[in-house]
Amino acid sequence: MKVTEKDVLYVADLANLELTAEEQQRMVKDLNSILDHIDRLNQLDTTDVPPMAQTSDRFGIDPAKQGAARFAYAMRDDKTGPCLDRATVMKNAPDSDGAFFKVPKVIER
Amino acid sequence: MDLSSLTVAAARTAIAERSLAPVPLVEAFYEKIASDDPKIGAYLTLCKERALGKARQIQTLADRGDALPPLAGVPIAVKDVMVMQGIQATAGSKILKGFISPYDCTAVKRLEDAGAIVLGKTNCDEFAMGSSNENSGYFPVHNPRDLSRVPGGSSGGSAAAVAANMAVAALGSDTGGSIRQPAAFCGVVGLLPTYGRVSRYGLIAFASSLDHIGPITKTVKDAAILLRHIAGRDRADSTSADVPVPDYEVEIGKPVKGLKLGVPKEYFGEGLEGETRSAVEGAIQTMSKLGCEIVPISLPHTEYAIPTYYVIATAEASSNLARFDGVRYGYRSPRARTLAEMYRRSRDEGFGAEVKRRIMLGTYVLSAGYYDAYYLKAQRVRTLLTRDFEEAFCKVDAIVTPTAPTPAFKLGEKVDDPVAMYLADIYTVTADLVGVPGISVPCGNSRTGLPIGVQILGRHFDEATLLRLAHAYEHERTAV
Repeated sequence: MKVTEKDVLYVADLANLELTAEEQQRMVKDLNSILDHIDRLNQLDTTDVPPMAQTSDRFGIDPAKQGAARFAYAMRDDKTGPCLDRATVMKNAPDSDGAFFKVPKVIER
Repeated sequence: MDLSSLTVAAARTAIAERSLAPVPLVEAFYEKIASDDPKIGAYLTLCKERALGKARQIQTLADRGDALPPLAGVPIAVKDVMVMQGIQATAGSKILKGFISPYDCTAVKRLEDAGAIVLGKTNCDEFAMGSSNENSGYFPVHNPRDLSRVPGGSSGGSAAAVAANMAVAALGSDTGGSIRQPAAFCGVVGLLPTYGRVSRYGLIAFASSLDHIGPITKTVKDAAILLRHIAGRDRADSTSADVPVPDYEVEIGKPVKGLKLGVPKEYFGEGLEGETRSAVEGAIQTMSKLGCEIVPISLPHTEYAIPTYYVIATAEASSNLARFDGVRYGYRSPRARTLAEMYRRSRDEGFGAEVKRRIMLGTYVLSAGYYDAYYLKAQRVRTLLTRDFEEAFCKVDAIVTPTAPTPAFKLGEKVDDPVAMYLADIYTVTADLVGVPGISVPCGNSRTGLPIGVQILGRHFDEATLLRLAHAYEHERTAV
């Protein structure tokens, strides 16, 4: 699979990265080099092999149950409780009025 | 004070017996850090006030004759991807410079509640992405055993701190090998627990199905001690498993005679450097002398582990790093005039090159038209890799391999070739993909004195067997 500069710009857009011209060039080269290596996965026949998203769906679960019910241990009652202290959290904000995060204009006309 | 002889076990005993006092001990470590760390670069942040405050609290308890908590006064370091309330957390990135965490990482809190004292936050590859600690947004870490070489990564700071006696032990994180490989490069012990054994709450996420927290220590016993404290179900992490925590300290004393050890041929092919091969084969011979049965096995899909890892890890990373947008915390570009510019410029200016490369790759493999070909495909191969291990563990109790294909390489040697850097993880990534535990223990040095590590992999939630075998081997090797 060949990645072009157009692909890099499209992906950078999806990823919200404003790459410099130099970064774009480097990225075309690096992505192609990495994808070349990744292509070897196509050597494997994976028909009928189920995909695995995580390793933890077999341990500590209730095997007598089905589906999400197996993970009852990971559930809690839907009740609100104390969260992080607002003042502490807002201290990390680049710009705020103490209650809201301030950002540049969202809607442009 | 001779800090080099201090282990977790020795320190906690000395403090409990009152032959070491907590405050002078912490001060001695800060003196060592002040004199030695400028040339190593292991620490990003020191928490002197907090550390001395906690040391004084322990001192007060000791003076009153009260019972001390189990790890009272033991000075440790924490990789800067784990957050501590009121302390800067950067994840090794400029994008989080000055970020002060409003909450505590569970694993760190459990050690602090047990009395351990956090000296500071250690340097790491940015967002844990790297195998050499050269991707830190701040400065690289130098291997204490040879300052011209890398300590390994991404937990290079933690491994270097322990190896250089600037902490008695440390916590690191491992997504593709980032605890085990730096442990091998620096000549210390590194433990990757089973996925879900230790809560990830408070670990700044890189790849959520692959991230693990684990100890980096001088001895296997120390790793067992720390694991006992950090392991176990945490309500704040729904992926932390509801599986009982054995008393690992008792487990490591049990005999290893009769254990079946698998040696997978795929891990001993070309690409494995000569001295590393000899050292690891020597370790296997020692384990055989201890009464273990050596069984040749095959893990046939090994060569597909790296591409599988770099699809899954980068895909998950692209999602996890989307939160760094300049809105609520972290770096915001001063040049942004619109919201879109703020997102795009803050991220491009705040993230380093490797992070951007991985975000781009991850975004690409998840994008429409490529999702099935790459991401779904990689997830299917992940199942094949898991089956390799399940079949192997029907025949053997543990698997022995080298930790890395070579000892520590020189700083700058691989920075220009991302694929070459990625291939350094060849022996470590599979464990993260499959979720099995693994440990790296020192097994010798190269002719030029560079440490070499041997890796032992075990069944899910069978850290007891791993630690038992590693402890017996370590004892036999250091007794000679």
